[in-house]
Order: sequence, then structure tokens, then C-alpha cells
Amino acid sequence: MGRDITFGQYYPGDSFIHRMDPRAKILLSILYIVTVFLCVSFYSYLAVFLFLAILILVARVPLRSVLKSVKAILFLVMLTAAINILFYREGSPLLQFWVIRITDEGLIFSAKMALRLLFLVIGTTLVTLTTTPMNLTDGMESLMSPLKVVKFPVHDVAIIMSIALRFIPSLMEEIDKIIMAQKARGAAFDSGGLIARAKALLPILIPLFVSAFRRADELALALDARCYNATPNRTKMKELKFGYRDLVASVACLLFMGVIILLRFYPGV
Amino acid sequence: MSIVVENLSYTYMPKTPYRTTALKDITFTVNEGEFVGLIGATGSGKSTLIQHFNGLIKLADGRLTVFDFDLSAKKINYKALRKGIGMLFQYPEYQLFEETVLKDIMFGPKNFGMSKEEAYESAKRAIELVGLDFEEIKDRSPFEISGGEKRRVAIAGVLAYKPKALILDEPTAGLDPSGKKEILELITKLKKSDAVSTIIMISHNMDEIAAYAERIIVLNNSRLIYDLPPKELFKKDDLQEMGLDLPITVKIKNALAQRGMVLDTDALTAEELVAAIKQKIRGNNG
Ligand SMILES: Nc1ncnc2c1ncn2[C@@H]1O[C@H](COP(=O)(O)OP(=O)(O)O)[C@@H](O)[C@H]1O
Ligand SMILES: [Mg+2]
Repeated sequence: MGRDITFGQYYPGDSFIHRMDPRAKILLSILYIVTVFLCVSFYSYLAVFLFLAILILVARVPLRSVLKSVKAILFLVMLTAAINILFYREGSPLLQFWVIRITDEGLIFSAKMALRLLFLVIGTTLVTLTTTPMNLTDGMESLMSPLKVVKFPVHDVAIIMSIALRFIPSLMEEIDKIIMAQKARGAAFDSGGLIARAKALLPILIPLFVSAFRRADELALALDARCYNATPNRTKMKELKFGYRDLVASVACLLFMGVIILLRFYPGV
Repeated sequence: MSIVVENLSYTYMPKTPYRTTALKDITFTVNEGEFVGLIGATGSGKSTLIQHFNGLIKLADGRLTVFDFDLSAKKINYKALRKGIGMLFQYPEYQLFEETVLKDIMFGPKNFGMSKEEAYESAKRAIELVGLDFEEIKDRSPFEISGGEKRRVAIAGVLAYKPKALILDEPTAGLDPSGKKEILELITKLKKSDAVSTIIMISHNMDEIAAYAERIIVLNNSRLIYDLPPKELFKKDDLQEMGLDLPITVKIKNALAQRGMVLDTDALTAEELVAAIKQKIRGNNG
């Protein structure tokens, strides 16, 4: 049930990529996104593909968990591809009827768009697969810390994020339990029309909200009881450190970006 | 026979790094009309085991028959199966959701195909069975009544569809001592009134289990270790190693033995223990 959702779920391991500084991973993933948008020809898409394949091997995460996140957006990819194919105007038509006009350039354009979406998702999934949610928020907090100058409550936002992340698994567990309890009382969630199905969710949603509010109250109380406040100079148990791995990875990513930029000048479709 | 478990094993999230073995090669039977206790440390697999009984967890390995249902069959009529098994989860009050107590209790009966009138009648009967005042409570919100009342309402919500067997997962957890006692008395009353015939109860409270169960099944590290009547079971000396408590009477007996008064008795109730001590003292004097 709930636990099967992998999108952004950590896959434990201690590979090179697992051990990188989360800040480096976040920054390099931004660099990666920019790079993917720089791709023009199919050669450059091939380069991205190879790059991802190497990353997956280095990260030692099973292909299955990577593909799971692809599955989550497959529908979106296919829908945009279909729309692009059907309504792309330029190029010489291969097939034409009514308002629909399928062109050679249309096909190429939609294939590239689809690849771009897939590559973006796979690349960012690799970050979340190899970084614990806690590390991710720590990294974000550290990256956002310059915003403190303009009085942006960076630490508060970070603690809110990490609490939210911490509670996702608990809420999933809670949903599992509530679903089981209602099923035991004969509730069915997969029969009837749309309205019947929506109504069938109430026995899950109401207890879920009640318990989420109860948890939030308890947590607030627990934080208060320990005199928690987001003091600016709080120290961390695990300090983030930019190490040799991050340097190696940065060089590799920059090289990769260079290759993609060079490929822009290489003729090809 | 109502529930037959043969070589049942279960692993959560198999083939992932998060896999946990919850049950290993479990075999036992529960007969019609029995009151069986199920004990074991936290994480020993008790909840996983009972969730197999009404198909909430799909049978993965082994055989399981619950009443007339073979759970290893390809097609199972889950609704019919679940109607026969009333399952009360840990902290069942968290499953209440309706506007009024009455509506919440009628949820089960209606799901299992009773008409509105039938559901109303059986909800009324169930509320009275758990010892609440029907007229007083029926229109109140399940969120504003007291903790003990909530638990009773949750139990009524299960009894209302007239299951043949009742499975209780730590029914007294989180209640104060008097609330605990009331729920236990309610359970014994149910058993006697044959509102339900077979009862399986999970509990961490050995006094409760020793007093109510006719037979006790002990799980440890996903395996079935003992399946014995209480008197036999609490003679075993490795229960504490499995993270289990002992009934207070057995603790007193052990403490006395340490101080040199060895009682040769399998007493579990206070009366039996007092009688055994008296006899011992008389024996020593006479
Ligand atoms: N939904 C679940 N997903 C993964 N592991 C679980 C799940 N439920 C229980 N477990 C694990 O299975 C084992 C048995 O748990 P459980 O049946 O709840 O034991 P008990 O009820 O005796 O405390 C534990 O190790 C627990 O962590
Ligand atoms: Mg349990």
C-alpha cells in the first residue's frame, strides 16, 4: 500500500554517490538540469543516457527503483508526446486529416521532449535515492543560509521541512492501519462509480486528519517541554563537509556539461 | 475447527533492502468456542498473524483455513470472510469517523449488506451489549465521548455485524486500570452470552491472559514457541528471556522460592496461591 511509493525514497547504501555532500548533490543536480536543457541533437541525448547509466552503476541502486519513479510520470510523458505529435505545425507532413497534421519534425520534437522529461526525472530521482531526507533538508538549509541576511527564517523553514519529512512515513503507516481497520468492517474502496469511490475515502480521511492534528499537538507540546526554539547558533551533530568525492563529481559534471555544449556545434538531427 | 494455520510464513516488502521477516513456519489450530491468548514481545509478529485471518494480509507462504474459507484459493469472497471475523485493532477508537455514534456502528452492518432497519436494530443491540445507554449515546459525536466509551463504541461497531469469531489486538492498551477491567469484563460477558463463540486476544498483560485464556500461544522472533494452557505455560522458565512478563501470582511464587519457600503448585489466581501458601505453612508446622 502506501509504502510502495518510491518517488523520492531513500535506497540505503554506501556508494560514492551516497557519501557525497548533499549540498554538492543538490547543486550538481541543478547543473544537470541546465545541461539537459542544452541538448539539441540526438547525439547529446545519447550522451545524457550514457552519463545516467554510469551514475546508476556508480550509485549501485537497482534499476527497478529508478524505473519506479519513471512509471509515476510515464502517463505525463506519453500525454505530452501525443499532443506534440498531433499538433506540431512545422515540417513536412507525413499524415494529414481534419485538424491533425503529423510531421517529421513533430515526431522528432516530441521524441526529444519525452526524452528530456524522462532524463530530468531519472537524474533527480538519483539524488533522492542516494540521500536521506534528513540530509537533503540539511543541505537545503545550508544552501539557503545566505537568505538569513534578508531575515528569511531559514532554520525555521528547515525544521518544518524535516518534521514534515519525518512524518510522512508515520502518516503512511497510519493510513495503512486505518485502511485495514475499515476493510475489516467491510469497507470496499475499489467498487462503484466515481462518487461512491470518493465517498468511500471519508472513512479513511477523517480519522487520518484527526490523528494528524493529534500528532501535531503532541509534537508541539514535546518541543515546548524541551524548551525548543530555533536559536540562530544551534550546532549540528553531523556537520556537512565538502570532500574529495564532491570535487571529483563536480569535475565530472562540468566535463559532461562541456561535452553537451560541444555537441551543440556538431551537425546532426 | 474454525481456524487452521499450517506452516505460515510472511515477509514484509520482500526483495527490497527493507524486508522484514514477520512470521516463520507457524502451525496451530483454534477450535470453535475457544478463548485463545496470543502473546509475544513487540515485533514478534502477533499483529501480522491475525491480519492473515481476515485476508487483510494476503497469504504468501503456507496454508490457512478460516471457517469455510481456504485462503490459499485463487478467488476468495473477502466480504463474506470478513463478516465472520470481527477484528478489533490496537487503539480502535482511531477508526471512528462518522458524525454520530449510531452511524459509526451501523457502518459495518451496512457494508455487509444489512438493510437500514436491520443495521439499526443490530447497532442498538451491540450498544446495549457493550454496556452503554443507547438513547443517551446514539446521537453524540464519537469524537466527544470519553476514551473508555470510544473503545466500547469501537467494539460495538464490530459486534454489530455479528461475527462468529472475535479477534482483539491489545484491547486494553492505553486504558486506565478501571477502564481495563471494564473492557475485560465486557469480553468475558460476550464469551458467556455467546454473542461471539471464538475469541483470540493479544495482550501484554499476563494477568489478563492467565485469567481469561484457555490456551496461550507464544510467539518469539517470528516463530511459534509454545501453545499451552496457562497453567502449563507459566511453569516454563524462559518466558522472561523472550521479553514477556509473568502473572503477579507466579512472580510472588518465584520470590518466595528465592527466599526458601518452594511451593509445589501451578496456582495462577490469588485464591489458589493463598491456598497453596496456607497448605505449605500448615505442612511445615504439622
Ligand atoms: N506494514 C509493515 N511493513 C513492514 N514491516 C512491518 C509492517 N508491520 C510490521 N512490520 C514488521 O514485522 C515484524 C512483526 O510486526 P508485528 O506483527 O506488528 O508484531 P507485534 O504485533 O507482535 O508487535 C516487526 O519486525 C515489524 O517491524
Ligand atoms: Mg502489534
